[in-house]
Amino acid sequence: MAKYLLLKHYRGGPAGVNDVPMDQWTPAEISAHMQYMRDFAARLEGTGEFVDAQALAPEGAWVRYDGEGRPPVTDGPFAETKDLIAGWMVIDVDSYDRAVELAGELSAAPGAGGKPIHEWLELRPFLSEPPTITE
Amino acid sequence: MDETLLRSLTPSVLGILVRRGIDFAAAEDAVQDALVEAVRVWPADPPRDPKGWLTAVAWRRFLDAARADTARRRREDLVDEEPAPGPAPAVDDTLQLYFLCAHPSLTPSSAVALTLRAVGGLTTRQIAHAYLVPEATMAQRISRAKRTVSGLRFDRPGDVATVLRVLYLVFNEGYSGDVDLAAEAIRLTRQLAAAIDHPEVAGLLALMLLHHARRAARTAPGGSLVPLAEQDRGRWDTRSIAEGVEILQAALARDQLGEFQAQAAIAALHADAPTAAETDWVQIVEWYDELARLTANPVVRLNRAVAVGEADGPRAGLTALAAVDDALPRYTAVAAYLHERDGDLATAARLYAEAAQQALNLAERDHLTRQAARLNALRRR
Repeated sequence: MAKYLLLKHYRGGPAGVNDVPMDQWTPAEISAHMQYMRDFAARLEGTGEFVDAQALAPEGAWVRYDGEGRPPVTDGPFAETKDLIAGWMVIDVDSYDRAVELAGELSAAPGAGGKPIHEWLELRPFLSEPPTITE
Repeated sequence: MDETLLRSLTPSVLGILVRRGIDFAAAEDAVQDALVEAVRVWPADPPRDPKGWLTAVAWRRFLDAARADTARRRREDLVDEEPAPGPAPAVDDTLQLYFLCAHPSLTPSSAVALTLRAVGGLTTRQIAHAYLVPEATMAQRISRAKRTVSGLRFDRPGDVATVLRVLYLVFNEGYSGDVDLAAEAIRLTRQLAAAIDHPEVAGLLALMLLHHARRAARTAPGGSLVPLAEQDRGRWDTRSIAEGVEILQAALARDQLGEFQAQAAIAALHADAPTAAETDWVQIVEWYDELARLTANPVVRLNRAVAVGEADGPRAGLTALAAVDDALPRYTAVAAYLHERDGDLATAARLYAEAAQQALNLAERDHLTRQAARLNALRRR
């Protein structure tokens, strides 16, 4: 099994095909979208492939160490940074192909007009523990 | 087996052990072991005297642990001259435990975890699950908390307000995993109310019962939030409401008003209205004024602006809102709502979308996005 991160971006990735802000959808389209996401997660739990899913607030800040005895420097919030992560799902699957298949399904979540969003999701493999048998 | 009954014995058994001279941390471990044993053994072989059984098993567990640990030889000596159990004032012990677990030297998250374990009798795994953290993390949090309070005297009365804050935090965390934190908070507050006669304890219990009564109506089948005005009031739990109102009235009659009683009074006025339109908003505004005198919490003034908007119209609500700090969470959502009531749908839609960006949880974000979408759809027609 291998773990993959499916990363959803508010901004920073290429634009999806059906790229309309959610507040311009109808309430019924929003409900259909939410239902799709819930069903997707529930199905992965059912197949034993779901690990975790979290959503992030759009605003954050940059923080860094500023030397002995000084408080950390914070900068931001940057609402306008180029790349903005919206949330993620972690899956544990048998193969890269399976991970791609699932990311494709997630990207097909319905959006405006009830049509798939076709949004770009970033797929990143986790670096795993070293195997026991190496020779 | 009734696990709630089993867990309700936790604080008094723990209290008895501490009175026998065991330090708090060791006593708490022993009681946890006894609870686990009870869950295993009782279904097939229920004891006649559950509390006596738990006390005996916990005591034995403590002895085993003390003997196994050579570094604790001095405690073994203590064990050899085992004191007579003596009359144990159970209620008083329970109360002391609440004070200890909510001690001001603990951080809020530690106090919450320790209260759920030592007073509530939940296992570390259950608490970890409820707060969505790894079990090892919760175990560390609890053992650090136990170390913090283990030097404290057990017989010193504490401040009931700190205990109420902890219980309020537990209640507000709501529901996730297999432990219903809201129900657990009600159980613990009920137990506290039985141990101490205090109008604010009654006020908090009433507040919890009145909010808990609405739980089934608060979410739609798909999990989305249903605002108070749109809830199906037929799904409110009338027994819970009746109990909350009765407890609140008895507390108010004592004429020592506090924050929780005032909040409960507002919840009771909502519960009292057969339909949202029949809500007595004028009285609710008066209670918010009362609440503002009792607490410096700025959220009170934000909520008051909503009530003013209902009582005296959206313009009055917006005027009240203008005096509130606009950095408060939900400020934008309140502004959106008042502008919608005022008929300015364009501004309301923009503010709902903005509020969704600032939402602190997913359910609220989805709800606010839906509100923006609803108004935008209306405007397109």
